[in-house]
Amino acid sequence: MTDHEHALSGAYAVDALDAEERARFEAHLRECRDCQEEVASLQEAAALLGTDPVEPPASVRDAVLASIQSIRPLPPIVETPAAVPAEVDQLAERRARRGLVHRLTRTPLLVAAAVVLLLAVGTALVRPWTGDDTANEPPTAADRVLSAADATEVAQAFPDGSKATLVVSRSQGKAVIRTRHMALPPSGKTYQLWLQSPAGEMVPAGLMPEEADTTYVLDGDASKATGVGITVEPDGGSDHPTSKPIALFPLEA
Amino acid sequence: MDPVPGNPGGAPHVGAPSGAGPDLGALLKRSARGDTAAFAELYDATAPRVHGLVLRVVRDRAQSEEVTQEVFLEVWRQASRYDAARGSASAWLMTIAHRKAVDRVRSAEAATRRDLTYEHGHQSVPHDETAEAAHASLEAHRVRTALGQLTEVQREAIELAYFGGYTHTEVAALLDLPVGTAKTRIRDGLIRLRDTIGVGR
Repeated sequence: MTDHEHALSGAYAVDALDAEERARFEAHLRECRDCQEEVASLQEAAALLGTDPVEPPASVRDAVLASIQSIRPLPPIVETPAAVPAEVDQLAERRARRGLVHRLTRTPLLVAAAVVLLLAVGTALVRPWTGDDTANEPPTAADRVLSAADATEVAQAFPDGSKATLVVSRSQGKAVIRTRHMALPPSGKTYQLWLQSPAGEMVPAGLMPEEADTTYVLDGDASKATGVGITVEPDGGSDHPTSKPIALFPLEA
Repeated sequence: MDPVPGNPGGAPHVGAPSGAGPDLGALLKRSARGDTAAFAELYDATAPRVHGLVLRVVRDRAQSEEVTQEVFLEVWRQASRYDAARGSASAWLMTIAHRKAVDRVRSAEAATRRDLTYEHGHQSVPHDETAEAAHASLEAHRVRTALGQLTEVQREAIELAYFGGYTHTEVAALLDLPVGTAKTRIRDGLIRLRDTIGVGR
C-alpha cells in the first residue's frame, strides 16, 4: 500500500472520488486490509453526519414494496473452500497481478503465470460452472469455451462481494468473462475489455453488458493473448485504455 | 472471500441497534430470506433518514424520490451482503443511500453543476450548516460536539463532499486548497470525527 492510495480512504468513504479514482481505489481496496478497516470505520462516522429526516411520500413506499415482489434477493456470499489458504491466495493473487503489470511493460514472468494457473485449477475444482444457479443457459459460443478440454479459469473477487471469472480456451481461440453481482459502471461510463497481445499491446475486446450477472464472449482472438484487462471507459468505449485497469487476468501462455 | 476481520468479538457498534427502534440488522437478515414484512418494517424505520440525506444531496424533490426508491430496491437486493462484523446496519444503509445520491447528482446534473461550481467560487459554507441540520437527537448532539473538534477546513471539506456531493478535487477548488490536499483534510476530519464519537473501532 502506498501513501497515495491510503490517502484516498476518507474521500472514498464520502464518495468524493471521481469514477476513475473510485475504480482504482476499489481495486486497491480488495487487497489492502488496512484500508478496508479504515474505510468501514470512516463510513460509520460519515453515516452519523446525517441530516433532518424527511418522510418520503407514501407513493415511494408503495412503489418499493410493489417492486421487491419481482426482485430476487442476492444469495449470501458463501466462503468457498479454497485450494490454498486465504492468506497465500491473496499473496499469490497480488504477485500474479504484479507479474502482469510487469509483463505489460517488460518481460514475461512465468512464475506468476504458473501461480495463477494453480489458482485457476483450484477454483475450477471447487466451483464447476454447472453448479451455478443462473436460470439462463449460457450462449453456445460461451458454452464451447467453458466446456473446452483446455479451458482454464482465473477468478477475481471484489470487496463488495462481486466476482469476475475469466475462462480462456486456446483451442477455441476465445475467452469468456463471467460476472457475479458486479456493480454497474457509473452512468456515462462502461466497462471495456482488453486482450493483451504477446507484444504487450492492449487490443479492444468489447464492452461488458451492463448487467450484474453476465456471461460475455470477448471479441478477438484469445489464442495467444497473455492477459485480459477491464477498464472504466466513457460510454461507447475507447481505442486504447484511458485509465488503469480495475481488474487484470494474467493468462498462461 | 471476506478478508475483513472487522469486529470479531461482535461488540455492538455505536449507532447500531440503539436502545430504541427495531434491530435493523435482524430486519436485514429476514429481508435477505425474502421476508417482505420485515423489509416493510425496515423501510418504515429508516426511510425518513435515507430520504433526508438523499434530498439534501440531490435537492430536486422528484429526483430524490426516485433515488430513495432505488436505494431501497438495492437494499432489498443486497440484504444478504450486510455483514454485522463489518459495521452497523444503519451505516451500511446510509452508505448505499449516499452513493446513489452522489451518483445521481454527478450524472443527471453534471453540466449544470459544473456551472454552479464555478459560480460558487469562493463562497464559504455557513459554519453551522451541519450542526443546524442535525438537531434532532442526542446522537446529533454528540455529532455536533464532535464536529466542533474539527478545524474549519476539515469541516467545510467534509460538508462539501458529503452533502454537496463534490469530488475532493472540486472541494479543493471551492476551498482554495492546493490540488490534492482536500482528500487529506477529508480523511483527517473523518478520523477525528470517528475517534471523537467513538464509532467504527
